[in-house]
Amino acid sequence: MTTILAVCEQRDGVLRKVSSEVVTGARRIADALGAEVEALVLGSAPASGSDLLGSFGADRVVTLTADGFGAYAPEGYAKAVAERAKGAAVVVCAATAQGKDLAPRIAARLGTGLAADVTEVTAEGGALVAVRPVYAGKALLRVKLTGQPAVLSLRPNVFTPVQRPKAGAAQTVAVPLSAGRVTVKEIKAAEAGALDVAEAPIVISGGRGLKEPANFKILEDLAHAFGGRAAVGASRAVVDAGWRPHADQVGQTGKTVSPTLYVAVGISGAIQHLAGMRTSKVIVAINKDKDAPIFKVADYGLVGDLFEIVPALTAAVKSLA
Amino acid sequence: MKIAVCIKRVPDSETRVKTAADGKSLDDAGVKFILNPYDEFAVEEALQRKEKAGAGEVVVLALGGPAGQETIRTALAMGADRGILLQTDAVPPDAFVTAQAIAAELKAGGPWDLVFFGKMAIDDYNGAVGPMVAELLDLPCVTAVSHLAIEGATVTADREIEGAVEVVRCALPAVLTTDKGINEPRYPALKGIMAAKKKPLDVKAVALAAGVIEVLEMTPPPARKEGKIVGEGATAVPELVRLLREEAKVL
Repeated sequence: MTTILAVCEQRDGVLRKVSSEVVTGARRIADALGAEVEALVLGSAPASGSDLLGSFGADRVVTLTADGFGAYAPEGYAKAVAERAKGAAVVVCAATAQGKDLAPRIAARLGTGLAADVTEVTAEGGALVAVRPVYAGKALLRVKLTGQPAVLSLRPNVFTPVQRPKAGAAQTVAVPLSAGRVTVKEIKAAEAGALDVAEAPIVISGGRGLKEPANFKILEDLAHAFGGRAAVGASRAVVDAGWRPHADQVGQTGKTVSPTLYVAVGISGAIQHLAGMRTSKVIVAINKDKDAPIFKVADYGLVGDLFEIVPALTAAVKSLA
Repeated sequence: MKIAVCIKRVPDSETRVKTAADGKSLDDAGVKFILNPYDEFAVEEALQRKEKAGAGEVVVLALGGPAGQETIRTALAMGADRGILLQTDAVPPDAFVTAQAIAAELKAGGPWDLVFFGKMAIDDYNGAVGPMVAELLDLPCVTAVSHLAIEGATVTADREIEGAVEVVRCALPAVLTTDKGINEPRYPALKGIMAAKKKPLDVKAVALAAGVIEVLEMTPPPARKEGKIVGEGATAVPELVRLLREEAKVL
């Protein structure tokens, strides 16, 4: 039977949530093509949580182990997946920091192209068709993938995990590979529990309207009120001014995000910012200028002084918990 | 130190995107094109590395239509020594096709101590050509580098991952793709702009391999449903919370 490989991710031996999205996307492709899903995890041992991949539609879960596979090993992982992908119809990765690095390497090793950052995937007449945002979401490109296998990476937070129970039989295969020439020496973690804007279900972003860096505290308070589900983002203007790190920047030269809830605070809504967040499911804008372009994309707008509105919103969210 | 920087000409990030008559590509009428912002970091890093080494050459390489010459001149004005344009009708939608052409040129013109790319182009958002070229040249590669230290032949690079920073090590020669934060790109000074006009720029017509990614259509994103102004000031917060709970069902 034709195989769809779902390349999953673990960090510190724990499966990352995006893996269930990758398996969900792979299952969708497998159903359209009449294929089976093999979830691939690379690590030093089976990752905790990989037994759940069957419930999202993996027919089997294969852990490829090697010395040096505990942390992300770009070359070793690429070789291992490319080897495993021979004969497979499709290789599905996540468009995460790791997947963005890994997917092109896999494609090149297989001598084929890549559709990166895909937001929709279907099969049309046996061929794989993917939709991917280009120009930072100002347009959508519909592409046909004729590679054998086809390689694609899925944008995080778009393929909502769906329960599709399959056997999920687990298997561990030791592969005779090393980490390769590029090795991770250290992972400097951000503060405990900090979520990345690209992955958080709720993003609270601030712009120049915050007036000074210290005032981002009120956005952090609002994020905390959501109990670990929210991350604080920033507009390009405040990142360029050095108020916030580039990792937090949302927009065409930052991250594109698709959270369930996006709250834009004191952000006027330059086209390059809108490009990075317009696929959010619900957008709330808080701005003192009622004519700010951000209100054109916002589902709900609040006009007024953010220094009064945000604390009131924080209190209201806290009272819901 | 011999360094290659691979760059791309892209529409400015303020561009309002319109689909061309073919239904598949950008209508470039009135569009301002720039050196891809992530590639500016690549050019700057290459120049700094050469300056640090005290000797060497920075060669800028681009693939695309004839207008790519203008973008190469921008990098030459920043201080790169010479440019090569691999001239094609257009940039193919399949990154592997681009990667093959660039890898072939780099192979012919090498060996290189360093090959830089921007971490991605802000038009196609692929971020694939750099690591693909590394695979084709069998060179170690670190992508999305936001901090770089090179001591002797050892590269130590920071790359941002979700909620953390990965510190990655490899040896030279290597392919590195640059992220924002690695440096502050210089602006070309008038003197540099004048000098750039006289620097060598080699235009080579290249035939591209067939790809496996076919563009079917390019469409505008679905319009967002018209939103509403809930109210003014903090007094509107309870109504906002009610709407988020009951109408949007996100709380």
